[in-house]
Amino acid sequence: MKHTPSKATTHVNQNEGLIFEKSSAGKAAWRLPPLDVPEVDTAELLGSSERKDLGNMPEVSEIEIIRHFTRLSTWNYAIDLGMYPLGSCTMKYNPRVNEVVSRLDGLANGHPYQPEKVSQGALRILQTLSECLVEITGMDAITLQPAAGAHGELTGLLMVRAYHQSKGAPRKKILIPDSAHGTNPATAAMVGYAVENLKSNARGMVDVAALASQMNEEVAALMLTNPNTLGVFEQEIHKIADIMHAKGGLLYMDGANMNALVGKVRPGDFGVDLMHLNLHKTFSTPHGGGGPGSGPVAVKKMLEPFLPTPVLITKPDGALGFEYKRPQSVGRVRAFYGNFGMFVRALAYTMANGPDGLRQTTEDAVLNANYIRNGLEGVYDLPYSTPTMHEVVFSDKLQAKKGVKTMDIAKRLIDYGFHPYTTAFPLIVPGALMIEPTESESKEEMDLFIDAMKSIAEEVEDDPQMVLAAPHTTRVSRLDETAAARKPVLRWKPVL
Amino acid sequence: MRYLPKSPADREAMLKAIGARSIDDLFAPIPAEYRLNRDLRVPRQMAESEIVDWFRERSRENADGYANFLGAGAYYHYRPVIIDSLISRGEFLTAYTPYQPEISQGTLQSIFEFQTMISELTGMEVANASVYDGSTAAAEGTMMAARLTGRHSVAIARSVHPEYREVLATYAHHQGMALATVSFADNARLDLSELEKSITADTACVLIQSPNFFGTIEDVAAIAEIAHKRGAMLVVSIAEAVSLGIVEPPRQADIIAMEAQSFGVPLGFGGPYCGVIATREQYVRQMPGRLVGQTTDRNGKRGFVLTLATREQHIRREKATSNICTNQALIALMANIFMTIYGKVGLRELAKQNLAKAAYAAKQFGKHAKVLFSGAPRFNEFVVQTGEDPHEINDRLLKKKIVGGLPLKKFYPELGNAALWCCTEMTTRAAIDSAVKSVAKGDRAAKSAKESADLQEVVR
Repeated sequence: MKHTPSKATTHVNQNEGLIFEKSSAGKAAWRLPPLDVPEVDTAELLGSSERKDLGNMPEVSEIEIIRHFTRLSTWNYAIDLGMYPLGSCTMKYNPRVNEVVSRLDGLANGHPYQPEKVSQGALRILQTLSECLVEITGMDAITLQPAAGAHGELTGLLMVRAYHQSKGAPRKKILIPDSAHGTNPATAAMVGYAVENLKSNARGMVDVAALASQMNEEVAALMLTNPNTLGVFEQEIHKIADIMHAKGGLLYMDGANMNALVGKVRPGDFGVDLMHLNLHKTFSTPHGGGGPGSGPVAVKKMLEPFLPTPVLITKPDGALGFEYKRPQSVGRVRAFYGNFGMFVRALAYTMANGPDGLRQTTEDAVLNANYIRNGLEGVYDLPYSTPTMHEVVFSDKLQAKKGVKTMDIAKRLIDYGFHPYTTAFPLIVPGALMIEPTESESKEEMDLFIDAMKSIAEEVEDDPQMVLAAPHTTRVSRLDETAAARKPVLRWKPVL
Repeated sequence: MRYLPKSPADREAMLKAIGARSIDDLFAPIPAEYRLNRDLRVPRQMAESEIVDWFRERSRENADGYANFLGAGAYYHYRPVIIDSLISRGEFLTAYTPYQPEISQGTLQSIFEFQTMISELTGMEVANASVYDGSTAAAEGTMMAARLTGRHSVAIARSVHPEYREVLATYAHHQGMALATVSFADNARLDLSELEKSITADTACVLIQSPNFFGTIEDVAAIAEIAHKRGAMLVVSIAEAVSLGIVEPPRQADIIAMEAQSFGVPLGFGGPYCGVIATREQYVRQMPGRLVGQTTDRNGKRGFVLTLATREQHIRREKATSNICTNQALIALMANIFMTIYGKVGLRELAKQNLAKAAYAAKQFGKHAKVLFSGAPRFNEFVVQTGEDPHEINDRLLKKKIVGGLPLKKFYPELGNAALWCCTEMTTRAAIDSAVKSVAKGDRAAKSAKESADLQEVVR
């Protein structure tokens, strides 16, 4: 290999089998206190409902569990190790004070059904976060109940439906740009709407003329990501909103890319009627290997009656509480009140930033993405020259001539000590390389990233086979995903 | 701002490299009339110590240190300390969804182990990587049954968690799924003759919960037989996962939609929790949510990948089995570690302690009030009916730093002054005795009031 990555060096890491392969009868990692009530005869209490055997559940000691999961953890890449430039995922630093405050006894052990008079602390957290998010989005009201972004979309479209229903008919269609996340059309289908595709124009934005011709009284809403998945701010957003509103439609904003806007511009001010936020993106709650998320939905006044139940209110005596009787509500979308632990973290993040910190964060996120764009322009094909905000999308057009695709470049990036960018999305860019550094990267880290990407581009010219075989330094090489799907092995079974 | 790793000089240098005069140039695409030219009205930037203090205050206002008899879908079990030690490792905490398997084997293998243990415990063949929670799992489970059977209605037990039923109603409304509610019998188990009548040729599935909302274990075999005979599937919701240590799992079910919160997940005022769906292998292609599968790399080495993604929204868009994307991975990891700690023997012993505490408490309460539904086995919850309004009992208990059972009038007005009580291994005999004493006090007061009224009647 011609180039030596300066960010990473390989080193020994431990092998580790499945936990079941370490199990043997009689080992234990638990001990219960002595029972302070009489023992019971389980057969008498449960009869035929008694379970006799727990099958292949493991029996291991505590030190083995610590080593098992610690070893597994060392096989993961993480934000804590370095830049994680997944476009549209907003992999920013997850502050540790968030973890500490969410584990305070009264919050971690609070039962969702404990009386409101002994839940004022939790309710105050809900209220304070709600106020912050309403202010940040420029909307009028909010629900924190949805458990993730897609769940927020579902809640939002349920409200769209209820709103139109209250005016006579729910309407039939949702317009969705071809650059949208897959969750948008999947959600529309779940709410019983047909999906109509909206083409982007040559600049990567909504084709306003096309929108005007497609918009009619059958369309319930447009689901728009802004900035869109190319990182482009929809400059004609006011026209888009006007076209929707003129025919009685609603403008739904997918807030996945809110990290480009916080403190600089508010969706409520540019015509958005309702939107979801992803607290696990913009508000720093950890991704945790795929969740938990949290997807609050903020709305304008006219949609407030349709919010899911219950809704947080201040009672006449000044105490906080929940209101359950909401005749126009879409109903409940989740048991209890949502992913409360994520609210604690998102609020701690907002407090650590304050208005100045939030604005600086947005500015740095946009600065970082443009610095990378500038550093890699010409080395990788930039399909849209339109200015971009917090992320940038290149294509593999130049490298594809040598038979090297976006996924191959991504895999080679692993050898340089980086997590790959998002590959093959958005769908409007064939062979996309979608890069979002977030504000959490220093200039040094980004210079290393730019160098790595340039170096890989050279390798593609000199030795494409080597890139195609990447990664070379990981504990497993490329895995056979086709075999995994053809004959699924979804659980361990003992060898008989 | 202490999270931002750039000096003013760095920012200057970067702007210069880009060829921008100032940061405002980069925001030029936003039409000027919409830009925010003031500070956001959010709390000012706070020091870490101030943030910790603010949340400590909130924690103190939140029943910190109270004993607790609440269950009803959220259970207070002991969380072994190594759960937090391990999930706090940055490599788990700050990783994304494992779409790049070569550098995500830690997350992938742990999910594979989670899927295996959930399958073992539920008696199913496969389990997914998690969905949001027990309520949405139940809704997704019934929608899965509708896809598999091509039928459009659901018979749902009234003894399913009331909030789970509300969530299902929300989801079902726009799927064109009709819901028929089936009552419970005198022993709180599903009314089987009513079930027979409720199933039609369009019933996709019967949805029950076991142990049900009252803590009663359903006769799953009998219900399955009725459902299957009519071509409907059986979907079983499990809200109290620890029950699986001592209660026979609903093996006759086609789909199990469970809540794994009891497995080492903090109560956390209702979330984040961990929904899971388990089923038979033949139905896996209609399962919502992520799945991890085993495969090999180019050198034949064992490894794990996300698989069967053609069910999912990022590939299938509007034709996906669900819109779910982000799930509850880190919470599933908590549950995974918890299941590993207790394992084959410990989980049974733990469940047995829960059973013993609830049995003792029910017996004690029974001396002063009516414990309902004693005709069928139950796990760690039971319903107590009192002469007095349970809210009044609970107000008395709060003064002793005890949170009493959940008053049921809101959900089941026909049960009168009834409350749902829960005991886990965390419930001490002292707390039980203290709660019983408060109930007895109300009972005595009610009795003596009645006696004096009767006496006056006699005198008159």
